[in-house]
Amino acid sequence: MTVTTRPLFDPPIVARAIREAFAKTVSLRHMARNPVMFVVLLGSAITTVVLVRDIVAHAGHIGFTLQLALWLWFTVVFANFAEAMAEGRGKAQADSLRAMRTTTTAKRLEDPANRLSAEPVPATRLRRGDCVLCTPGDIIPGDGEVIEGVASVDESAITGESAPVIRESGGDRSAVTGGTRVLSDFLVIRITANPGETFLDRMIALVEGAQRQKTPNEIALTILLSGLTIIFLFAVATLEPFAIYSGGSVPVPVLIALLVCLIPTTIGGLLSAIGIAGMDRLIQQNVIAMSGRSVEAAGDVNTLLLDKTGTITLGNRQAVQFIPVGGVTLEHLADRAQLASLPDETPEGRSIVVLAKEKFGLRGRALADGRRVLVAATGARASDADAATEAEFVPFSASTRMSGVNMGALHVRKGAGDAVARWVQENHGAIPVDLKPIVERIAREGGTPLVVAERANGAAHMLGVIYLKDVVKGGIKERFDRIRAMGIRTIMITGDNPLTAAAIASEAGVDDFLAEATPEDKMALIKREQAGGRLVAMTGDGTNDAPALAQADVGVAMNSGTQAAKEAGNMIDLDSNPTKLIEVVEIGKQLLMTRGSLTTFSIANDVAKYFAIIPAMFVVTYPALRGLNIMGLHSPQSAILASVIFNALIIIALIPLALKGVRYRPAPAAMILRRNLWVYGVGGLVVPFVGIKLIDMLIVLLHLA
Amino acid sequence: MTANGWLQIGIFSILVLLLTKPLGVYIVRVFDGSLTWLATVERIIYRMSGIDPREEQHWTRYAVSMLVFSAASMLLTYAVLRLQHLLPLNPQGMPAVSDRQAFETAASFTTNTNWQSYGGETTMSYLSQMTQLTFHNFISAATGIALAMALVRGIVRRSAGTLGNFWVDLVRGTLYLLLPISLVFALVLTQQGVIQNVSHYVTATTVEGVKQVLAMGPVASQEAIKELGTNGGGFFNANSAHPFENPTPLTNLLEMLAIFAIPSALTYTYGRMARNQRHGWAIWAAMYILFFAGLTTAYRAEARGNPIHAAEGVDVVASSNNPGGNMEGKEVRFGIVNSALFATVTSATSCGAVNSMHDSFTPVGGMVPLVNIQLGEVVFGGTGAGLYGMIVMVILTVFIAGLMVGRTPEYLGKKIEAREVQMAMLFVLVFAGAILVLSALAAVTPAGLQGRNNAGPHGLSEILYAFSSTAGNNGSAFAGLTGSTYFYNTLLGFNTLIGRFAMHVPMLALAGFLAEKRIVPESAGTFPVTTPLFVALLISVILIVGALTFFPALSLGPVVEHFLMHAGRVF
Repeated sequence: MTVTTRPLFDPPIVARAIREAFAKTVSLRHMARNPVMFVVLLGSAITTVVLVRDIVAHAGHIGFTLQLALWLWFTVVFANFAEAMAEGRGKAQADSLRAMRTTTTAKRLEDPANRLSAEPVPATRLRRGDCVLCTPGDIIPGDGEVIEGVASVDESAITGESAPVIRESGGDRSAVTGGTRVLSDFLVIRITANPGETFLDRMIALVEGAQRQKTPNEIALTILLSGLTIIFLFAVATLEPFAIYSGGSVPVPVLIALLVCLIPTTIGGLLSAIGIAGMDRLIQQNVIAMSGRSVEAAGDVNTLLLDKTGTITLGNRQAVQFIPVGGVTLEHLADRAQLASLPDETPEGRSIVVLAKEKFGLRGRALADGRRVLVAATGARASDADAATEAEFVPFSASTRMSGVNMGALHVRKGAGDAVARWVQENHGAIPVDLKPIVERIAREGGTPLVVAERANGAAHMLGVIYLKDVVKGGIKERFDRIRAMGIRTIMITGDNPLTAAAIASEAGVDDFLAEATPEDKMALIKREQAGGRLVAMTGDGTNDAPALAQADVGVAMNSGTQAAKEAGNMIDLDSNPTKLIEVVEIGKQLLMTRGSLTTFSIANDVAKYFAIIPAMFVVTYPALRGLNIMGLHSPQSAILASVIFNALIIIALIPLALKGVRYRPAPAAMILRRNLWVYGVGGLVVPFVGIKLIDMLIVLLHLA
Repeated sequence: MTANGWLQIGIFSILVLLLTKPLGVYIVRVFDGSLTWLATVERIIYRMSGIDPREEQHWTRYAVSMLVFSAASMLLTYAVLRLQHLLPLNPQGMPAVSDRQAFETAASFTTNTNWQSYGGETTMSYLSQMTQLTFHNFISAATGIALAMALVRGIVRRSAGTLGNFWVDLVRGTLYLLLPISLVFALVLTQQGVIQNVSHYVTATTVEGVKQVLAMGPVASQEAIKELGTNGGGFFNANSAHPFENPTPLTNLLEMLAIFAIPSALTYTYGRMARNQRHGWAIWAAMYILFFAGLTTAYRAEARGNPIHAAEGVDVVASSNNPGGNMEGKEVRFGIVNSALFATVTSATSCGAVNSMHDSFTPVGGMVPLVNIQLGEVVFGGTGAGLYGMIVMVILTVFIAGLMVGRTPEYLGKKIEAREVQMAMLFVLVFAGAILVLSALAAVTPAGLQGRNNAGPHGLSEILYAFSSTAGNNGSAFAGLTGSTYFYNTLLGFNTLIGRFAMHVPMLALAGFLAEKRIVPESAGTFPVTTPLFVALLISVILIVGALTFFPALSLGPVVEHFLMHAGRVF
């Protein structure tokens, strides 16, 4: 899925949202899901009935009641508009996904072992367990497991990543997704999902919010808001008897106006929009959450389990130092190390070439072509350059555990210490005494020693050691500091020995590490954390990660991972970027913060509304209650209208906030609380006083009351 | 307002503060079972009643035990009051208490309300006073403390299914806490002049030569627990304004201290049990600030007096021989400050003992006790009831504001989720609903209107006060309302039951749900519950929830009365 950052108010989305806002308003079933807005809906309906009665009877303040009824209806429509806006972005994305789900014809294999037994069937007729053949250019007809073959696959339709990926049978790269395209070779795939249950189908449903269920916190908040609504229902309903006692009476529309102003319509109207927008923000990050529940859980996470490789360190080790032995000069070692690494395409090999160039000005000598011939283009070393034309690359193999080059009589080798030592001894060389301590020191510090030796016309001799080091990603320490500030503990998971792990852990600034980790260790760690009441988040991609992913409270599976891992996790990162866990946590927190802030704002708003409406209600019975009209509102009608209008408009005004979420900066809870309380608590007290007064002035200006 | 007045308030506040820790620690030891100096008595009680003190109860069982015990003791009291003319210890030959009065009184004393629509000295035999009303003063207070302990255990325990044992909590609370302190306190009161006898009433001739009947009775024994257990039911009709109940300035101070002692100490107990003493003090601070705000308002209103009186030439300025302010309905012995202080103390806790007539306060002065009750009796509150009411408010605060830090709200490591919010809201809803709906009913029915002593907004205040006081299990009367009618006896009696048991069950359910949860360790991401910011937040939530619920009704009662008084109208 390609990520297109849409503007918040994209015209087509707005147009669709307006249409849907009205459709939602007249759907009782939809309205009944939201108790607060349902009460507003009932209030609007009753006010409308009163309006009709007044028009028929030519009684009451028809103009006033009409405006009241309109604004009450608007309140409902505005809330539905907010929800439709939040859904709109997802729906637009779902449409583009749906367009991909073209009807493909699959080549079903009667006998999976016989590729000639293929018969064409529509993809929709494939069932779990069927086997299909895919050749270059074919769209893979459904989610499945590669059981034979290896091929490059274009998954850009799902991930947005244009570089093709390799899919092969067995191992951790065997999962394929329906809708992606085979580019080369062939694959035999066993289908693992029935039509309608595929990843693409699920993704469309999730993005669209079709299966959206209220999340636990949303349910709890709805209960609170419903409770407050009932309390205000008591307060307003009993006001009429008290008014009768006092020798007056309050018209029903005015009572409804007070009720609607008091019940928490701001948060009630925006609650579902906030939840949908939170999911949407994840999708913008290319993460698909299988449920809203997991997004909430992400906000609560106490412990992050992070794999070392790819998350904390750059995927590979890098050369950081040359250490000569036995009286060899540093330049000589660097030169030979670079020479031996020129044809070495591994990241480690390339890092050696780069280090030699940076430290000693040894210019990179280009690899001429696929015939594995060296062209050493150093003018000062013409002899080498001549020889290099005849150079022969000795590739790394598991049995020799070293690699190198042969250039005429000059043979250079680099590799594991014992392997190179054996090569030197076989070639009648001696091992310098200073080698062993250096190798041991590097290993102790968490690095990898790579020993270099050469043989030029006769006996071999040791040159020195290349220090290969795990390089911690730039800026990762700062990110961990931020995470720690949020009160989250980070634990690094690595297969390295404890010594190496400790060195990297302290450099990266993680709180703890699990060294020489097996899948069982990982599982045990998660269970231990959870037993202590903590919520654990982790990423994983391999099949052996699946149990841990399922056990973790937030398990983010990499899209490049196996089907088993994707099934086990409750989120999938389409970019397969393990660092994204941090963003996921931040989005979860932001979601909860937005809810809390708007709830606080909504409740704090009520204070001003009381001071507007109560004196207006009883101005006839008790003119002395004018003393409560501290805003100096023009008339009872203008005061009540101004409150209702403010109440409706604030929903619209807060839609951008609901969709984007409140500003989030990682900080301790006490600091976040202080800031949000000032903005949304104190702000919530003050804003309506100003807003209602301004609207009142406008009403007077326009002669509306 | 005078320097002397502030000094007295200062001394009272400091004494409350000094009492909090030692008594709080003592209560911890009462309920964790480490106190054993009465173990023999305790064991005999358990053996006789067939209680297994080691049995732990699930919240439902705890609730059923409490309900069954309350129902049985209420029935017993009803029976004794109805039959008191046949029973001994009735030197004045009091007749049987009427059915409606007996029902209301039994309900009222069972629920720690002690709303009295009868005059003690003209209605109750000594037997009824001693064995029923005083008995309820002890056990209703012990029940309240037991329930608070159950809630605290629910919060403190991890992954537990039980909340303790109601019977054990009841016995230990009575035996180790209420009885010994009451005994000592009663002796001190007797020394100060509170009477304690079972004699015939005495006929005396006053200095003016008028014959007067002086009611007698076992007053001190009931007086001590009346305050200590925040019960408030007076032996005499005049309650703590009566010189035989509250004879000296010292007893006045001691009685106020006794009212605050346990509710204040329980905050310390809570902090200790939760291993978060600062949180305990934060709760205490929130309570004290609310109390002080109410007190200042009432004191200021009463000291300023009524502008209409001033306009007619009454000297309302305090001087050495004139208390100034509004002295209507106040004991000259206590004056402005001790009347305002007592009124605030008795309404902030759910005590309801009075030493002045709240009905005669200025509109704002009288609104303070009313608002104190309507805030949910959480400003120190009743014995136990104040703490659990406050904890429910804390849970709501944590839920509303806790989301703002970006986590599912947690309270002392327990996640606050749907079920907990549901029970906390039910607790708040029952209270608001009972007061508003019943007051509204009384405000528009002839039977309800008949009881009023005053018309207009003041009459509405009287009605609101009666239903607030009964639902809040306070029991103080605004006075002015004639409560001994079928309408009021029945409604108010039921209201005390609603305000107690319909709130207890959701509260115990909340405790049970919390007990089952795991404890999330505290981190930098945890919502802080010990900071001044939290105290301010808690106060705001209490005020906003209380104010938003009752402001419309109050605006037609004391608020408008206040404006009208300044416009020259009284009711």
